[in-house]
Amino acid sequence: MRWAMVAIIVGATALGDILQSYEMKRHAVSVNELRPNRWVRTLRNLARRWPLVLAVFLMAISFFAFMKLLTMADLSFAVPVTAASVVLETVLARVLLRESITAMRWAGAFCVACGVALLAM
Amino acid sequence: MAEGRAAAAELEPAILPTRRVELKVKLLTIFVVLTNVFGNLAMSWGMKHQTAELGVSPLPYIRLIFSPWVLLGATLLIFWLLSRMALLGWADLSFVLPVTSIGYVMNAVLGKYIFGEAISWQRWTGTAAIVIGIVLVGLTTANTTPASAPEEAR
Repeated sequence: MRWAMVAIIVGATALGDILQSYEMKRHAVSVNELRPNRWVRTLRNLARRWPLVLAVFLMAISFFAFMKLLTMADLSFAVPVTAASVVLETVLARVLLRESITAMRWAGAFCVACGVALLAM
Repeated sequence: MAEGRAAAAELEPAILPTRRVELKVKLLTIFVVLTNVFGNLAMSWGMKHQTAELGVSPLPYIRLIFSPWVLLGATLLIFWLLSRMALLGWADLSFVLPVTSIGYVMNAVLGKYIFGEAISWQRWTGTAAIVIGIVLVGLTTANTTPASAPEEAR
């Protein structure tokens, strides 16, 4: 059950992040739009973009699965183990988003993966 | 000397926007990490002190969201989600993910000192590997794909 929750969190997070990155790269938010007096307008603009809405839905699934996981596992296990999504997302960023990933960045993602494996032991 | 100053003045407009973008990315990254860490902390505190039976039905989860600690955690995590969305418009996903992983380390440390969770040597080694990964990725360029102009500028 604990690992099923981890799988749901990782899968939903990876898909949600790919969608967010794809859509935010198409139309980035400016610094001005992050000012408190423009939050409502910015949120309204974001809510009109379907990839972001779908991404938020996936993040909600991940969030509820994370809540369930916290009732079954320590915080120091639950949070780091979900870092498995870093490796999956780095591969997806290369394949789907065509990001240029240097050797150093692959090495970094590999280190994070090793860290996750150690934390899961 | 005067020639050097003139050359520096010519270079300045090209350098300044780059610096501004870097600072913007750094500040937003810090905000993203802090809202995530304290959001998780508040959520964890709230979940550990709840007594409801959680199953497949979403109702107990929805009821739980309105308990003070879970509500604080959820609010912080909403700020995290939105600020991270903005950050993804300015930097690569393959940069944002590992760099914000410092939050995992901070969570492990806070889990030990606030909740008294036992952290084995494997977990500390894993945490160290994550930190090394973050440093390696942090040394690369934040954005390798051309991001679009902000919506209002179009």
